Amino acid sequence: MALSGLSRPWRPHPIKAPASGMSRRRGFWERVHLDPWLLGMLLLLMGAGLVVMYSASGQRIDTVISQGVRYCVALGVMVVIAQFSSATLMRWALPAYLLGVAMLVAVELVGDMGMGAQRWLVIPGVIRFQPSELMKLAMPLMVAAYLSRRELPPRFRDLAVCALIIGVPVVLIAKQPDLGTSLLVAVAAVFVVLLAGLSWRIIGLLAGLAAAALPLLWMNMHDYQRRRVLTFLDPNSDPLGAGWNIIQSTTAIGSGGVLGKGWLEGTQSQLEFLPERHTDFIVAVLGEEFGLVGMLAFLLLYLLIVCRGLWLAAEAQETFGRLLAGSIILTFFIYVFVNVGMVSGILPVVGVPLPLVSYGGTSSVTLMAGFGILMAIHAHRRLLPR
Amino acid sequence: MRKSRHNLKSPEQELRIFRVRALLALLVVFALTGLLMGRLAYLQIVQHEVYTTRSEKNRVRVEPLPPTRGLIYDRNGELLAENRPTYNLTLVRERAEDLDATLTRLVEILELSPEEVEAFRVRSRQRQRPYQPALLMSDLDEGQIARLAVNRHLLPGVEVEAQLLRYYPDAEVMAHALGYVGRINAEELERLDAGRYAGTHFIGKTGVERFYEDELHGESGLRKVETNARGRVLRELGRTDPTPGKDLTLTLDKKLQHLAFDLLDGRRGAIVAIEPATGGILAMVSAPGYDTNQFVTGIDVTSYRGLQEDLDLPLYNRAIRGHYPPGSTIKPFLALAGLAEGVITPDQTIYDPGYFQLPNDKRRYRNWLRWGHGRVDLERSIAVSNNTYYYTLAHELGIDRIHANMTNFGFGTRVGHDIFGESRALMPSREWKQERYNQPWYPGETLSVGIGQGYWQVTPLQLATATAVLANRGEWVKPRLAMRLGDEALPSPLAETPEDIDLGNEAWWDRVFSGMEKVISGREGTARRTGVGLEYRMGGKSGTAQVFSLGQDQKYNADELAERLRDHALFMAFAPIKSPQIAVAVIVENAGGGSTHAAHLARAMTDAWLLDDKEPDVEQIREELEE
Repeated sequence: MALSGLSRPWRPHPIKAPASGMSRRRGFWERVHLDPWLLGMLLLLMGAGLVVMYSASGQRIDTVISQGVRYCVALGVMVVIAQFSSATLMRWALPAYLLGVAMLVAVELVGDMGMGAQRWLVIPGVIRFQPSELMKLAMPLMVAAYLSRRELPPRFRDLAVCALIIGVPVVLIAKQPDLGTSLLVAVAAVFVVLLAGLSWRIIGLLAGLAAAALPLLWMNMHDYQRRRVLTFLDPNSDPLGAGWNIIQSTTAIGSGGVLGKGWLEGTQSQLEFLPERHTDFIVAVLGEEFGLVGMLAFLLLYLLIVCRGLWLAAEAQETFGRLLAGSIILTFFIYVFVNVGMVSGILPVVGVPLPLVSYGGTSSVTLMAGFGILMAIHAHRRLLPR
Repeated sequence: MRKSRHNLKSPEQELRIFRVRALLALLVVFALTGLLMGRLAYLQIVQHEVYTTRSEKNRVRVEPLPPTRGLIYDRNGELLAENRPTYNLTLVRERAEDLDATLTRLVEILELSPEEVEAFRVRSRQRQRPYQPALLMSDLDEGQIARLAVNRHLLPGVEVEAQLLRYYPDAEVMAHALGYVGRINAEELERLDAGRYAGTHFIGKTGVERFYEDELHGESGLRKVETNARGRVLRELGRTDPTPGKDLTLTLDKKLQHLAFDLLDGRRGAIVAIEPATGGILAMVSAPGYDTNQFVTGIDVTSYRGLQEDLDLPLYNRAIRGHYPPGSTIKPFLALAGLAEGVITPDQTIYDPGYFQLPNDKRRYRNWLRWGHGRVDLERSIAVSNNTYYYTLAHELGIDRIHANMTNFGFGTRVGHDIFGESRALMPSREWKQERYNQPWYPGETLSVGIGQGYWQVTPLQLATATAVLANRGEWVKPRLAMRLGDEALPSPLAETPEDIDLGNEAWWDRVFSGMEKVISGREGTARRTGVGLEYRMGGKSGTAQVFSLGQDQKYNADELAERLRDHALFMAFAPIKSPQIAVAVIVENAGGGSTHAAHLARAMTDAWLLDDKEPDVEQIREELEE
């Protein structure tokens, strides 16, 4: 019965009553609280990612090994988090959220500058940490925890509270300034609200307001942020400066064709024309060397992961778990979409890595922690009182 | 309904809402994924060709291979302009594993002095594009190159780069004849064929280097290389080798050129010597000269200003651009004009009372000898440089015939075949004066022209050329510097040569030559002191050019003023009279009246060219001139 979770019909309150006390024959996966399908696809993604990474790093095996080590750490985090029950997660929501906000304030006061933005919190000799990374999980956790205690669909007062919960950290992160991350954090929370059943009227209203607020946003942008948007609209306005990245990445992808130039054979990637080729722009290496076929394979894998994630969310027993899981998996998709969209030139350049493929430890750990929550929600079921 | 369930949670409804929303979200996910796939298909299928081309352009770079500039030799194969390799030390920082250790090791190997070490360290810290070699030191000596070669394996990223630089071994002596090359400037860049000069940094700026730029330069080659984004060359994909420039052999004689330079002895002046048979320029010196090598790498501002503000105008090429009143040196040419026009015969005489008067004019135009030379025929008029004879002749010829005949000898025209920047100087005419001053020509002005004064101005090159044409009995040769280009001898005589001069009576040439011989060897000759001990027959003519006025913006102190107001000394000569082998024009500025100074220099030049066993003693000539 190892894969029992898959064959179970979708019922609102799956009742798998233990015959007497505890289930006698729980499968291995249930005992470790992991979803084998999701885990399998994640491992496949990371494995394929390492193959691309070897090429993207300029064929440096030590980069690949270091990334592998990060994956192991991230997997460990996932496994540990998967062991907690959703009730425990719910209890963490408020402390995690408050801690996150406190650290964002600390960053504002004593944070480290890097690349023109104040993002890092440093305890000298111990750790460098980006509080916004914690917020990516704490935010949907908090909103889901709040809304799941209220009557759904949410009423106006609840929405106002949610807006406050969302607004404070988003503004703090945007001030660092890290507009991309602040939007992604906001998106994670907004997904919770949407899944909770926000009425279509209000959605329409908010969409209208957002559109109206665009000029305001533009006026409050930093120069480099505006430049990114302008460059996106016309990359050739500054081909050697801001437009370089996007010109080189579309050139890499386009020259890859259907079948690609072959692994390690991409001239754009191997001759270093492609910027940030093993981090944010790794998908261009994939596109150049493996062509459309490779790109579609990766997109398909991501799509399957998202489907499986949504399935797990829908299967969750309580509203909290559903909202949280649904938000996590949809946010995951947004990362994929924004990254591939930006590298292929249909979105402006924002610093979003390709999930679980781009080089970097922090984002992998956050993502896998998210999948850990997803699995925890799925695996910890209990008999609900009818 | 919602109100009635106030404060009640409904799991069923919440689940239903979630299901609908999740399904909608899934649809949006599919749609966005479809959008991405569409975009990728557009890039990778529809636009594939465009991006393939762009990616190739990225990767492949065409690098020019500059040709080696042709060398320049004198007529005996002596090197006058060469390409000297200089060695520069460069460092690619990205390839040096440990920059500090590498620098310390370099300082030891190069045995630098403390000041050099400091400059060296400063240069090593200069900002540079990645993978671009930074210049640490230029012009390494051989010992340093050898030690670097031995220690090469200890110095990653360190390279010794060779660069060919033009070098003129006799820079100052050859300056005005050869010219020089310099870095291509913005204006030239616009004019040049970009492909041909893609890898070339230097171009002929003046002189022979400028005139024969095309031939000396050669043809650029190119190579296709694969590079990475930082421009670092990874491998060569193909190449076309450059065609080196042609070597140029000049008609100049290095020894004669040096002699002319030494003879002028730093005085302002010019000497031009021509081989009458070919027009080949044997020597062409304008003094003072300057070090052209300074201009190759780029002269510093202070030195350049020094050269520009020097009162002796070393940058000024007097030999081809200097304008001098020819004075009496043109008397033989006027005599020839008189003969050709039938105004005089060789034996016809005039009586010189010491002056000439125009009809109905009280003014006396004086001979230089106040009491006059008495009876004067053609030969004597040249030998004693009688003015009255030429006042009379000029008056009878009139300015129109003088202008026509003198133009036939090249005065007032550019005579050179391959001389860059030559001046026409000025052969005055009625039309010229009307245009220039809006005035008619006055008969008195013709008299001034008759003795080589007035408006008439010549360049030393014109004077030497006219002398060569005269020595050839009217057969024209254009003066030129190039004798051979690569393996190809240049045609001689040259095309587009002016028409030869026909007197109508060959014997008349001999009469004029005889007069010119008497200048040097005759009892009364103006340059008889120069003729002492002459071992061959030589004809010549002295001249004195009055310095009328000084330039307005020139400032002199009293001593200098006195010196600079003295007359210029001129002399033209050819030898031997039968089958002439050298024609020479000498101008020494402010050497004072009389013919001695210039005549001595001319004789030294002919001696050196005609007598193999006898080297003119420059010291002795100087001493004689001191007296």
